[in-house]
Amino acid sequence: MTGMPKVVVAMSGGVDSSVAAALLVEQGYLVTGMMLRLWSEPGSEDSNRCCTPDAMALARRVAAKLGIPFYAVDAQEPFRARVVQAFLDGYAAGQTPNPCTVCNREIRWGLLLDRARALGAEYLATGHYARVQRGEDGSASLLRGLDRNKDQSYVLSVLNQEQLSHTLLPIGAFDKPYIREIARQHNFPVADRPDSQDLCFLAGGDYRAFLQRHVPQVAQPGSIVDRQGQVLGEHQGLAFYTIGQRKGIRIPAPEPYYVVAKDLDANRLVVGRVEELGQSELSAAGVNWNSGTAPTGPFVADVKIRYRAREATATVTPLGETRARVVFEEPLRDITPGQRVVFYQGEICLGGGMILA
Amino acid sequence: MPPTGHVYLDYAATTPVDERVLERMLPYFRQEFGNPSSIHAWGQAAEAALDDAREKISAALGCRPEEIVFTSCGTESDNLALRGAALARRKKTGANHILISPVEHHAVAHTAQQLADEFGFELELLPVDPYGMVDPSDLRHYLRRETAVVSVIYANNEVGTINPVAQIGAICREADVLFHSDAVQAAAHLPMNVGRDNIDLLAIGAHKFYGPKGVGALAIRRDVRLMPSQTGGKQEEGRRAGTQNVPYIVGMAEALAIAQAETQAWAERISPLRDHLIGGVLESIPNARLTGHPVQRLPNHASFVFEGVDGNLLLMLLDSAGFACSSGSACKVGNPQPSDVLEALGFSRAWSLGSLRVTLGRDTSPAQVDAFLDALPDLAASARV
Repeated sequence: MTGMPKVVVAMSGGVDSSVAAALLVEQGYLVTGMMLRLWSEPGSEDSNRCCTPDAMALARRVAAKLGIPFYAVDAQEPFRARVVQAFLDGYAAGQTPNPCTVCNREIRWGLLLDRARALGAEYLATGHYARVQRGEDGSASLLRGLDRNKDQSYVLSVLNQEQLSHTLLPIGAFDKPYIREIARQHNFPVADRPDSQDLCFLAGGDYRAFLQRHVPQVAQPGSIVDRQGQVLGEHQGLAFYTIGQRKGIRIPAPEPYYVVAKDLDANRLVVGRVEELGQSELSAAGVNWNSGTAPTGPFVADVKIRYRAREATATVTPLGETRARVVFEEPLRDITPGQRVVFYQGEICLGGGMILA
Repeated sequence: MPPTGHVYLDYAATTPVDERVLERMLPYFRQEFGNPSSIHAWGQAAEAALDDAREKISAALGCRPEEIVFTSCGTESDNLALRGAALARRKKTGANHILISPVEHHAVAHTAQQLADEFGFELELLPVDPYGMVDPSDLRHYLRRETAVVSVIYANNEVGTINPVAQIGAICREADVLFHSDAVQAAAHLPMNVGRDNIDLLAIGAHKFYGPKGVGALAIRRDVRLMPSQTGGKQEEGRRAGTQNVPYIVGMAEALAIAQAETQAWAERISPLRDHLIGGVLESIPNARLTGHPVQRLPNHASFVFEGVDGNLLLMLLDSAGFACSSGSACKVGNPQPSDVLEALGFSRAWSLGSLRVTLGRDTSPAQVDAFLDALPDLAASARV
């Protein structure tokens, strides 16, 4: 036995997690590969995009090439209960939820980290483009990935100190072309899956039909109205629209309409002109501060309101430990309840929470 | 290559090839490489090797050489037996009913299900007791005039229970119904004799008894007709076409002869160690039960269920701690389901998802079993959910 710590790497069969595993092996860690088996609807099992049989075979092949043990971990029921249910609850509440962040908090850094710890591993590693910086006091900070185009710290802003202190992100200090090159050197049989916006558990299936089956109350047609309550048309179901959306409203008019609000009680979709869109303030709940404690007062930060959104300058005011008010310098057009707002200062990700309104 | 120091306790899954067996096989890869169907000297040498193997295997199973058909594995033997017998029998007599136990290996169970789903047979399951054993007196009530074939596993792979096959065979013989038994596990440990046991069709696979993977045999009583599932040349009297895998067949014959010559000494040596293991596990693990029969079980076979334990996680933890075991619900793709066998034995999901199978082999030492017993309690505690 060497003195190097044990690490469990979450593998997906993709380039990033495969190279993460390879880098850890090269660095001398005692590496074990694990892959989560996630839920998809009964009748279409084996089709969750994050863990298809093909992807699992690829991950297993990579593990064999690296000479590390590999196990599949059943997370179907916890994934359904915590991630899919939260997704459906979010829609039922008129929000546009972000299930990937919930999955990271509850499944990857929940169940999988537990499995890793049960196996005697000190760390859970993933193939995310972000970095963990360890302070001399034992604290762990979440930093953006060095490759700004690939930065995934947004989806890791849910992690607390306990989770971060047991996290390794081996590829976050490199850019994607370099990671690809390492994969080539190892001759990994990995497919470079395109980043898909599809939800993994829909497996390319019909997202409308899924919501109609599970949250029918927000998938019923209703009226489209303007701010004054004048009926302008019919919508297909509130769940199928997001704030700021322009396409798919289908109201003939000289100027385009945008979704500006959802009236859940009356099942009405409120639309308006571009100038009615935009708000310069939001409030967030369930805020996680990566450092473990809320900043003591208001601070200026670079703020993202979606994974792929451009950052905007704002003043963030912590309200207790888990809430915050965010005031932007300029109004933003697509602040969407249910999505995550994430705060940065320089390279450091301070944390984030769910947008309420 | 698994790390050194790891302990293999999964001999029911497969075994290493015996040194003596490997030695016997090697000449048939390069020197005696002929095709047994060829006229010339090479062919004759290969054919002689095949005949020697057939004699050796028939002697070990208590039948005649011409009653042995070589196949590619135990599963193929089961397929050929069940599908071949059912189809031939129906063609001859119209018999349309298949009886199997609910604790058959999938090689039998899924073949029978296919015969029902795709070929119009009526499939019926015999009852078993909580140990997974068939009661021969039940069989009498289930047999019908139109029963084509009965299949009961000789000794179960998951829970180790040995069935009273001789009595079952006698009842079938009396009723003039074909009796197939899957002896893939049993042949490694129990003295085989198809005549004594009234067995018409008996399936074996070499890798369970220290022979190579990829070769098996089916013993077919002389006057039993089978519909071949693999057609082509005249090999194996037309019952299984395709050039025989001579080196592997030679190896299988040697391996079976060794195993069958040693069954009594083997049981005397290994069953005390198995009993030590069973006692140790039941003493040290809370909410643990032995699955399968306490006495009528394979001498190397210990199997358990632990209530509320995640069996897959336990296997992972054991592997990580250096112990290779198995479970009825083991699943490499993270989708564990309660095993059909444990469900047939009446275990609830909370018990059957926490199953563990520990099977001992020729290289198992008492020290290894003690190390396993030392390690298990903590690991099982970590795997409780």
